[in-house]
Amino acid sequence: MSQQAISVDNLNLYYGQNHALKNISMDIDKNSVTALIGPSGCGKSTFLRTLNRMNDMIPGVKIEGQINIHNQNIYSDQVHVEMLRKNVGMVFQAPNPFPKSIYDNVAYGPRIHGLRDKKKLDELIEKSLRGAAIWDEVKDRLKDKATGLSGGQQQRLCIARALAVEPEVLLMDEPTSALDPISTAKIEELIQELKTSYTIVIVTHNMQQAARISDKTAFFLSGDLIEYNKTEQLFSTPKHKQTEDYITGRFG
Amino acid sequence: MSAEKTLSKEHTNQQTSSSLRNHSHSSSQVQRRRGWNYLFHALFLLATLVGIIVLAFLLFDIVKRGWSWLTPDFFENFASRLPSRSGFKAAIWGSLWMIGVTAPLTFILGVSTAIYLEEYSKKNWLSRFIQLNISNLAGVPSIVYGILGLTLFVRILGLGSSVLAGSLTMTLLVLPIVIVASRESIASVPSILKQASYAMGASRWQTIRHVVLPYALPGVLTGTILALSRAIGETAPLIMVGAVTFVAFTPENLFSPFTVMPIQIYQWIGLPRIEFQQLAAAGIIVLLIVLLTMNAIAILLRNKFQR
Repeated sequence: MSQQAISVDNLNLYYGQNHALKNISMDIDKNSVTALIGPSGCGKSTFLRTLNRMNDMIPGVKIEGQINIHNQNIYSDQVHVEMLRKNVGMVFQAPNPFPKSIYDNVAYGPRIHGLRDKKKLDELIEKSLRGAAIWDEVKDRLKDKATGLSGGQQQRLCIARALAVEPEVLLMDEPTSALDPISTAKIEELIQELKTSYTIVIVTHNMQQAARISDKTAFFLSGDLIEYNKTEQLFSTPKHKQTEDYITGRFG
Repeated sequence: MSAEKTLSKEHTNQQTSSSLRNHSHSSSQVQRRRGWNYLFHALFLLATLVGIIVLAFLLFDIVKRGWSWLTPDFFENFASRLPSRSGFKAAIWGSLWMIGVTAPLTFILGVSTAIYLEEYSKKNWLSRFIQLNISNLAGVPSIVYGILGLTLFVRILGLGSSVLAGSLTMTLLVLPIVIVASRESIASVPSILKQASYAMGASRWQTIRHVVLPYALPGVLTGTILALSRAIGETAPLIMVGAVTFVAFTPENLFSPFTVMPIQIYQWIGLPRIEFQQLAAAGIIVLLIVLLTMNAIAILLRNKFQR
């Protein structure tokens, strides 16, 4: 039933001397939500950023192993990082809209990839804003500054902005940690809708959130992938002592 | 119940008053502390007033001497032996020519350097060395740039004492200021905005063009204008390069000899007749107005783009 979208094989990552990810191997299903959990500094965000090569920009990072996304090794020389990132979108922890209009925020990605046709751009922007469940709230003020929106709206705008380049995979790095509970609920609901068309990998500090929204959960600890399983199983019958300790709140 | 409340209230009242009384010893200490506060308040006010009063006196003195000389003739006439026929025209046009060449050169070179250092260069010892030296260059006395300009542009490149040689010397002089200001402005662009751009597949140049520069532009422009207002008031390096003091024509091209406002003012002040002193005052008024206008533009730009 489930095809795999991402396949990670023996991934190791070093920040200088620091061995931040150790022999990570995991397959991520297409059109599903995969949650990455673990205490701060366990490597879950670093792992997320290897999937769209955002770690490349940090000096002193060395990466070994292989990551295939749709059967293409993303660290091979043939892959242009710009095209990879077009296919693997990202939503960040804090909402980070550009200080431009709502329209220009969503149009940013399509424009840098060469879309100039005004009519197509309009259609794409409406589709992306609808996709991020914010169209009704902003359709009458597309020319307003995006920085005037509320935090929750800004984050959905950032999701719309990521959708506008039509990616296949969406990476989310604690997308609700800066939001209030109502905005968080909206985004969680949105994630459920998005997974029918996108493969979603989400880092979260909130275990209830992981349990609510994800199909599979991976538990990281000090750079190791300790346990990776269907979410119900990982939370109900964890196989490892460390997983059990973490999800029952004994540390982290 | 209410009686109890009143009681407890009285009790606390007693407590507070007694605790205040217990500290009556320290109330003299409070007075002493306040005394010191008043003293320093007055001292700082005085320090501020010194600057303001001196400036106001200077302005008053200059306006009083020079105002009556600010006639249309003053802007139409060239330098002359006779005060009544002397004017500021050559100096104004010389300054305009010089700024006209210096402004685009410093802007393009300065901003490009700042972008390279902030966005492209690897953060290694070489880039740190370059940055340190640029900051040092911003503090080098202007006369040293004059010597450099004389050697490099006037002599080696054979440009002579021309508008071009003067402008290039001025460019070197203010370039470090523009680079430092632009770098600070570019470095203040939040990295989460740049990351958002890269995460959508933007190249480095696209990110610079569409995210970094729009955000940094007000700071860059402010820095550039303030640097140029320094250039327009500089005298020493241009005297070194050989800008002439007695000019009876406006520059025709980049290779014409020229003078600038501060040099003309300097020359008039050196002449013995009182009328020339008044002409110098009139020149100072014009130069001040130009400088204040440039600074006002810088402030307006900053406010207009401020988020």
